[in-house]
Amino acid sequence: MTVGIVTFPGTNCEQDVAYALDALGAATVPVWHRETSLDGIEAVVLPGGFAHGDYLRTGAIARFSPIMAAVEKMAAEGRPVLGICNGFQILCEAGLLPGALIANQDLRFICRPVQLRVESTDSILTRAATAGQVLTIPLNSYEGNYVTGDTTPNVALRYCDTEGAVTDAANPNGSRDSIAGITNPTGTVAGLMPHPERAIEDFMASTDGRVLLESFVASLESIPVGAGRD
Amino acid sequence: MTDDEFGAVNNLLGRPPADPELAMYSVMWSEHCSYKSSRAHLGGLPTDAPWVVVGPGENAGVVDLGDGWLAAIRIESHNHPSFVEPYQGAATGVGGILRDIFTMGARPVGLWNQIRFGDLSEPHNRYLFNGVVAGIGGYGNAVGVPTLGGEVEFDPSYAGNPLVNVMCLGILRHDQLVLGTAGSPGTVAVLLGASTGRDGIGGASVLASAGFDEAAGAKRPSVQVGDPFEEKKLIEACLDLYERGLVVGVQDLGAAGLTCAASEPAARAGVGMDLNLDAVHLREPDMTAPELLMSESQERMMAFVAPDQVEEVLGIAAKWEIEASVVGTVSSGDRLRVYHNGSQIVDVPAASLTDEAPVLRRPIARPDRIDEIWGRSDPAVNTPLDAALLGLLDDPGLGDRSWIYEQFDHMLFLNTVQGPGRDGSLLRVRGTDKGLAVSSDGNGWMCQLDPRRGAERLVYEAALNVAVLGARPLAVVDNLNFGSPEKPNVMWQFTETLAGLGDACEALGVPIVGGNVSFYNETDGRDIFPTPVVGLLGLAEPIPSRPRPVAEDMVILLLGPAQSASLAGSAYQKTILGALGGRPTRIEPEAGGRSIELAIRLSHVVPGSLLHDVSQGGTLIALAELLIEAGIGAKIDLASTTDAFGEDPHRFICLVPSGQEADVVQLADEVGCAVRTIGLTGGRALSFPSSGIDDIPVDKLLTVWAGSIRDRMQGAVHE
Repeated sequence: MTVGIVTFPGTNCEQDVAYALDALGAATVPVWHRETSLDGIEAVVLPGGFAHGDYLRTGAIARFSPIMAAVEKMAAEGRPVLGICNGFQILCEAGLLPGALIANQDLRFICRPVQLRVESTDSILTRAATAGQVLTIPLNSYEGNYVTGDTTPNVALRYCDTEGAVTDAANPNGSRDSIAGITNPTGTVAGLMPHPERAIEDFMASTDGRVLLESFVASLESIPVGAGRD
Repeated sequence: MTDDEFGAVNNLLGRPPADPELAMYSVMWSEHCSYKSSRAHLGGLPTDAPWVVVGPGENAGVVDLGDGWLAAIRIESHNHPSFVEPYQGAATGVGGILRDIFTMGARPVGLWNQIRFGDLSEPHNRYLFNGVVAGIGGYGNAVGVPTLGGEVEFDPSYAGNPLVNVMCLGILRHDQLVLGTAGSPGTVAVLLGASTGRDGIGGASVLASAGFDEAAGAKRPSVQVGDPFEEKKLIEACLDLYERGLVVGVQDLGAAGLTCAASEPAARAGVGMDLNLDAVHLREPDMTAPELLMSESQERMMAFVAPDQVEEVLGIAAKWEIEASVVGTVSSGDRLRVYHNGSQIVDVPAASLTDEAPVLRRPIARPDRIDEIWGRSDPAVNTPLDAALLGLLDDPGLGDRSWIYEQFDHMLFLNTVQGPGRDGSLLRVRGTDKGLAVSSDGNGWMCQLDPRRGAERLVYEAALNVAVLGARPLAVVDNLNFGSPEKPNVMWQFTETLAGLGDACEALGVPIVGGNVSFYNETDGRDIFPTPVVGLLGLAEPIPSRPRPVAEDMVILLLGPAQSASLAGSAYQKTILGALGGRPTRIEPEAGGRSIELAIRLSHVVPGSLLHDVSQGGTLIALAELLIEAGIGAKIDLASTTDAFGEDPHRFICLVPSGQEADVVQLADEVGCAVRTIGLTGGRALSFPSSGIDDIPVDKLLTVWAGSIRDRMQGAVHE
């Protein structure tokens, strides 16, 4: 099962994500944003960073990169598509996930571990986790404040305190309803602001990121039959 | 440029210089580029060791880590631009230091910043501090290089002239090393990266080589504007070029722009160069030749390429979506010739711009008052221990620094074993069992009292900071921030500092592989404290097991020489007494070496032992930091003011579970290091049984410590 790591000019977490997924048994390949085909690739991750410098608006330019048509096709076929941080922003901008991410409430960049509560377990991001599980995973963003209009997103993860309580005090960036990660209605397209690849080894803030990445790797085994095999 | 210097250019050329030539000499012979006030004094520093691959003089120092791995390290200042425009000044400082590192063929893996401001009670200082932190983060986070640590100091001395130093570490394989050479005649110069515009014209001379007065704001156009996205693409493109073996040499465009990028590599290679300004890709039309030659537009590199590989280089540039222009050819002989609008406008010996810059022997005078200052004794101490402890934790230079480093990505690349907030940083070299420990240290208050002893102490403090992480000191870089060199007392501070740095590095056996001098840190004639910053790289092999977190029932040991009765230069003297005076305690190289040795051995031999260097604030502050973070109290046997807050060098604390202290004592005996038990963890308060003061709840300390910067910066937003 091959996972494409979609890399735009300005992306900077592509090697970290590849390292983490490779360690969990996935085979990753880099995919440059100018490519137009994802043939031979079963799933994709859009990693964190500053695609196209985040100029204009996060993800606003990246969504027009040539590779995005193939990513949209992959999502339409029900194959796993995961956006982490800047990747999440791009998926929202491309309309593959609802809502948008705006500047943090206090207008400062935030790089620190935060607590997340698992809200649903029927997605490529959370299927190996248990509902209500509290995870410690680093956040690393300036535009991490999730907003939506009338749509009600499928929430996968919410910011919480160490006991799992979702409170305003435990909401680091002002996100609506403390949302940290969402999915599409079928759970095959997911995006989250925190970085699970930064929580996978003993010397890191925690190893809680593994359960999310293991969920993603496990979902490669259950890709809908025939999807995308053209 | 002075009249004497103009005369020297006349003599050198045998004719008056043309306008573009004058522009080139004026910027290359500026203090910032030529080190004319300092060069005569820099020769005596120890720069050699068997593991030094590249010493001072190149874009960065390079040392051998073994097994084919090298590390490149460099430190720079961006003080003046950051005062004029804090966000862009700090941001472009980060961009510049990164280019110095990837110019050597290394991938930048970590950044550290050393920043100093006036008192945070002044709104303008909060504005500068806020802007500098945002600029460091804004550039470093976006360019994709983690910021792993640094240091911060607040003192009215820096109110008119903040200090913004930045250090970068890179890692490379031995066969990827690239030098700043132009190669042999026929080699082609390819200008890569951002287009050239009118930003930063003459920054090296207008900003960096003069003091400030009330018209400082008028210098804003001399500050460059950074584009981290362009730099990120440039890093990847350059590393791609090196990996394919497509460059002979590389030079970044920083201070003095094209002038420096053409003349320095030619001078190093002993060749000439023909430079065609008409081929430079431009941001705006109709730039004059002097503007083109002096522009400090950021995110540009000059690659020297064999003629038959130029097409391939242009192809790689296109892949990474950066612009590239063929702008010159290396010639035989020694002339740098520049062409503009089709005609030759410059014809000078390339090396004369770099090698024949004036060397000044400025007057040096020991300050008359220094003996009186050293003779001062501290005023009587009336502050109870608990009030002093709370007062020091409330000092933004000693309190919680997370307000700063949480604005920086400090985890990218997944190598951060020890991030910001502690003695030093530790990062793994992936695929090996090697760890790189880095510390940077400065102390303006201490160095103002005694620049020589202050500098010596910084070297030993940095060494102990990496030793408590299990690393052996390998190399030093220094950044020397001083006032006006035209003042004999400042030159005395400068030469004393160099003597201290040199002696301490010699005694420690650690070479200085690079440095930077920043003079003219003054406003309206008031100089800053002499502020050398020492960056030290250490190698831990293997990376020691992770220190145990602080828990109940751990024995607290103090290791190293006994504290003297002196508080000279301490944070206690500065913050609680508010009166500078006395003479800081000297380093003791032998005792210092034993403390370093013991710290390294403890990290590796007593698994999980938690070590912490004693520095600013003394033993009690070092201990309080650990206890506050863990939320655990202790019974502490430090009753006297000097015991608690004295800052004599070569000391560190060690926490081990009760019952294991015999292992530490035995090792200390073997090494010949004094050891004293100063407490036992437990409960939720600090108690001082021998002092008669009430217990202090850890929660109360936490509130003060956590708010020291955060509360003062409430509401400050970048403009």
